[in-house]
Amino acid sequence: MSAPFLKIDRLSVRLRRGGEGRLLRQASIAVAPGEVHGLVGESGAGKSMIGRAIFGILPRAVEVIEGAVRLGGTDLFTLSDRERRRLVGVNAALIPQDPLTALNPSKRIEAQMTDRLTRILGLSAAEAKARALGLLEEVQIREPARVFRSYPHELSGGMRQRVLIASAFAAEPRLIVADEPTTALDVTVQKQILKLIAEMQRRHGTALLFVTHNLGVVAKICQRVSVLYAGKIVEQTDVATLFNAPAHAYTRALMAATPRYDRPEESLAPVRPEVIEALSQEIAQTDNIWAEARLAAAGRRA
Amino acid sequence: MRLSALIIRLISLVVTFFGVAVVVFVLVRVAPGDPIAMMIGPGASPQDIADLRALYGLDKSIPLQFLIWLGHVVRGDFGTSISLRESVTEVVFGRLPATLELAFLALAIAVVIGGFMAILAARWRGTATEAGVDLFNGIALSVPDFLWGLTFILLFGVAIPIFDISGRVTPTLELPFVTNFFLIESIVRLRFDLTLDLLGHMLMPAMALALPLAAVISQILKTSLKEVMHQDYALIARTKGFSETYVLLHEALRNAVTPSLTVIGVQFTFLIGGTVIVERLFSYEGLGNLAIDAVINRDLPLIQGIVLLFAVIFVGVNLAVDLCYVALNPKLRHG
Repeated sequence: MSAPFLKIDRLSVRLRRGGEGRLLRQASIAVAPGEVHGLVGESGAGKSMIGRAIFGILPRAVEVIEGAVRLGGTDLFTLSDRERRRLVGVNAALIPQDPLTALNPSKRIEAQMTDRLTRILGLSAAEAKARALGLLEEVQIREPARVFRSYPHELSGGMRQRVLIASAFAAEPRLIVADEPTTALDVTVQKQILKLIAEMQRRHGTALLFVTHNLGVVAKICQRVSVLYAGKIVEQTDVATLFNAPAHAYTRALMAATPRYDRPEESLAPVRPEVIEALSQEIAQTDNIWAEARLAAAGRRA
Repeated sequence: MRLSALIIRLISLVVTFFGVAVVVFVLVRVAPGDPIAMMIGPGASPQDIADLRALYGLDKSIPLQFLIWLGHVVRGDFGTSISLRESVTEVVFGRLPATLELAFLALAIAVVIGGFMAILAARWRGTATEAGVDLFNGIALSVPDFLWGLTFILLFGVAIPIFDISGRVTPTLELPFVTNFFLIESIVRLRFDLTLDLLGHMLMPAMALALPLAAVISQILKTSLKEVMHQDYALIARTKGFSETYVLLHEALRNAVTPSLTVIGVQFTFLIGGTVIVERLFSYEGLGNLAIDAVINRDLPLIQGIVLLFAVIFVGVNLAVDLCYVALNPKLRHG
């Protein structure tokens, strides 16, 4: 396997005014070109926080306390704003969760697909248009020319997600972050979109970080998986191992909570309190190690 | 806009104008003060007074007077001004351009100042810049336009006399104009010396009218911009590598303007109402100043004509706002 394009190293993030609580606890993830890495966890686990950190657009209320996000070896946090925007704009793209709100309602699809190509990548208007139209065809949109001239409200949710996928791949980025791209869609459309993303990723050889809370989706398209709980990656392994021999109690609990059509008689099990308790202790331990380290550092300074 | 909506709109217009006509007509007649007493000398006999009353139709009952007046109005005849002895239509339309120029200059100033402030505050939200803009908004909004007018007269007319604070144009200048749109015509005729003189007279009253509106625009647009900057599409634009300023101007602004537009329209009608007192302060020969004269002279036909014209302007502004709304929001275009 080639060297990872995305490398997140021990990234810790907290609220500026949130005391000792952490939103991310030394999270490390690496994704190589052509690889699909699943990022699983429940709501609030910090999945989207990782997604935003990759683009350098963490909310203002949040600060990075340690770690690095590297794209192709360059640490985003060492760059100036302008350099960071350029690196991200050229190399990474986001497929968002909700296609209904992710397109600007007052701009035609054409403008929204070509703005990055002309202004960030420096393509000519004609090149950008040709490439964007090509991508619309590739995501199996009929009448791409008509869609190109449309406003978002004239397209269905599934169409808009296809447009957003095309738009992400149009920049030919080395990395794509898909942030729960099927969650907001109808079940019938979900499968098509999932298949489409997987196909496009294979064809373009892009590194793909796939954020989801759905283990079934992970099983279908990912090679490696990180399981996130309370900002901490509790298990990181390849998909086969995850499903055949999950190492962490939380992972096992998550799997037990996933509906299985082949075993309907097993009732869906919520994550048991003792698992949560064990997790809290595990996380408290990590936090204590930091607190001690910080105390020691303060002692050295004094 | 669909045809049915248009028809409903037109019917509501007629109802609005009729309502305004009734209210004004009754109000000026039940208010104290007698137009005949204002125009007649102290030595007039009761017979003279009765003759004059009959001449202006004031001897008839109010409902009958109204019907007669309405009959003339629908034929475009607003009667004769009692104090000026001229056709109300001619007097009113002679003054209208002066007020329109002042109001739109004030609107332009308010949009530029308010828009600029809102963009500054939204770009550097949560910083001292935003706090400064909030302070400006608070001050500009809590001081009414006529107080701004008095302040400007004292500051830039009396203390540091850099602006003209009286009239519309320097009276000694020769004016080549054929319309009453002096400002526009001076530009069209390339007489920029006159344009400058006109602007020198208009700037202070226009600023007085503009400041409260600028504060409203700034506040509403700022709130709207900040909200739009949190939308997913603004986030997507940032992931594409665009700067905060670019996202604000190219992604957020247009979507933020639309909800602000209605409020700006309503506030602009307030501004037009404000011209009445501000024109008086600056002795600016517009419709508002004329309205005060008409009230002082109890010039009933003239008051009625001016108020109806104001009603037309208000309705026109609201219609224009709705049309802008449709132009800015593609969702409304296909009705």
